[in-house]
Amino acid sequence: MINRLVLENLKHRPVRTLLTALAIGIQVTLILTLVGLSFGMLNDIARRTEGTGADLVVLPPDASIIGFSQTMAEGIVNKVRELPHVALATGILMQPIGGINYITGIHLSEFNQMSGGFEYLAGGPFEQPDDMIVDEVYARGAKIRVGDTVNLGKPWHVCGIVVPGKLSRTFAELKTVQERYSATGQISRIYVKADNSANIAAVQSELQQRLPAYGVYRMEELVSLMSVNNVPMLRQFTEVIIGVGLAIGFLVVFLSLYTAVLERTREIGILKALGAGPGYVLNILMRETILLSLFGTLAGILMSYGVRALLGAFVPSFTMEIVYSWWPWAAVLAILGSLIGAIYPGLKAARQDAIEALSYD
Amino acid sequence: MIEIRDLKKTYHAGEVDVHALRGVNLSVQRGEFLCVVGPSGSGKSTLFHILGGLTPPTSGEIRIEGRDLRKMTEAERTDFRKTTVGFVFQKYNLLPTLTAQENIDIARDIAGRRQADPHFNEVLNLLGIAGRLRHKPRALSGGEQQRVAIARAIVNHPALLLADEPTGNLDSENSRIVLDLLRRLNHEFHQTILMITHDADAAAYGDRIVHMKDGRIID
Ligand SMILES: Nc1ncnc2c1ncn2[C@@H]1O[C@H](COP(=O)(O)OP(=O)(O)OP(=O)(O)O)[C@@H](O)[C@H]1O
Ligand SMILES: [Mg+2]
Repeated sequence: MINRLVLENLKHRPVRTLLTALAIGIQVTLILTLVGLSFGMLNDIARRTEGTGADLVVLPPDASIIGFSQTMAEGIVNKVRELPHVALATGILMQPIGGINYITGIHLSEFNQMSGGFEYLAGGPFEQPDDMIVDEVYARGAKIRVGDTVNLGKPWHVCGIVVPGKLSRTFAELKTVQERYSATGQISRIYVKADNSANIAAVQSELQQRLPAYGVYRMEELVSLMSVNNVPMLRQFTEVIIGVGLAIGFLVVFLSLYTAVLERTREIGILKALGAGPGYVLNILMRETILLSLFGTLAGILMSYGVRALLGAFVPSFTMEIVYSWWPWAAVLAILGSLIGAIYPGLKAARQDAIEALSYD
Repeated sequence: MIEIRDLKKTYHAGEVDVHALRGVNLSVQRGEFLCVVGPSGSGKSTLFHILGGLTPPTSGEIRIEGRDLRKMTEAERTDFRKTTVGFVFQKYNLLPTLTAQENIDIARDIAGRRQADPHFNEVLNLLGIAGRLRHKPRALSGGEQQRVAIARAIVNHPALLLADEPTGNLDSENSRIVLDLLRRLNHEFHQTILMITHDADAAAYGDRIVHMKDGRIID
């Protein structure tokens, strides 16, 4: 019976119900989008890192798993190559070019040997020093074709477009990148392939011994470290967004329920005259709030699919995943924010004087 | 069943004290149909609100079915409203979003009774609203709404039915129907009824009339 009243109350003011649910939905979308981007981008980076085909990675001292601000001397590659059981070793330089994009300086033949080679959708490999290869996602996002010149601090000539999945989205000759961005003789990482997968562990410990200050990771290790917890500030940022989301839910439900309580002064008086105690009145409003939050969560989940579609269409390099495991969390957060917002209006209603409410016109 | 001795109620409206009841004495027998008449502001509604447990008295004695309303806590008065009294108001006061049936059901739900009792259909037939129960209040005439309100007020079999100007918003035809029904409830179901009215014709439906003036009963 009480549910019937709750439903009728929500139906009685369809626009208010809809807008409140939508606003709660925005809270949910906000959280799901951030989480979806975090997961999506990290998984994308992880997949592309695996796409290098390497078994081991050497990072400069103090380098982070994700960032590329530290560099090391290119000469180390030769030393690595000489170690027993090392089949291939190649150095790369990741040069930031704004936003989340890097131009990656590679030694094309070495990189191809390790990764299995690029699959060209258009054009072909480098011919001139200022040639650049981009992947299909980057080309689509920046609307680039083979033959175009792209300005990334310096002008680059696009010579080929390749299938995505190999380390980066933009590639150029290592030497040219080093020269053009004043990093002569510097590299960010060394990718290493062992002669036999049985020897990977041996190569790793050998590298660790020879290069004690350097980070030496097996590919699985590196990929497993690419999680939200290991990205500097991402966790805090997520918490801030959750806080903002809670605040939205709180404010919206507070206002919506507050107007509902004012508008229902007489109804609440009637219920009290019939013998409803404060708990009964509060119960009605809490159920209404939880139902609104659930509608809101549903709306938010649907909207997160919309956001993903929009990102895919306009900024394809922002990879967003739909993270199902966060749906219940988003619902819990929506309900939590709403319930906090419902406290004050709820208590106001519960305390309302029946006689005053009934003489109210 | 009702014993009232020197009942007083003072409202504090800002700086001024309003002495709404200045010493009311009244006894009502079980099964009685009592009418309360008196000029506006004489304290009739205030007396009903105290009798119905909506507000506590300031001083005096008031017992209903042996229960002392002076000593009741807020929670006990809530419980008292659930089980012992039923209200009918001038403005019907049905919940607008619910159907007539649901308005009756929610009173039962509040009282914590899940089952509709079979005898209640007799009451609904008597009230003549059995065919109108699926409509919302705005689809019902004033007379029908008031009859639904009466059904709601007695669904939990209260010892006492309090009706505050139940015909105040009705035309003479509908007033006659509602007053007739109250009289039949009193006769056929032995429902104890207290009714406030301004109308001498309406007051004649009761077994007994008391007059109120300036917060007292004057005869
Ligand atoms: N909640 C309140 N706060 C302050 N004063 C009140 C309150 N309720 C009633 N009064 C005052 O108490 C007095 C008695 O009011 P009451 O409503 O009991 O009269 P009544 O006999 O029912 O009048 P009417 O015939 O107009 O309904 C009036 O002077 C009224 O202004
Ligand atoms: Mg009155």
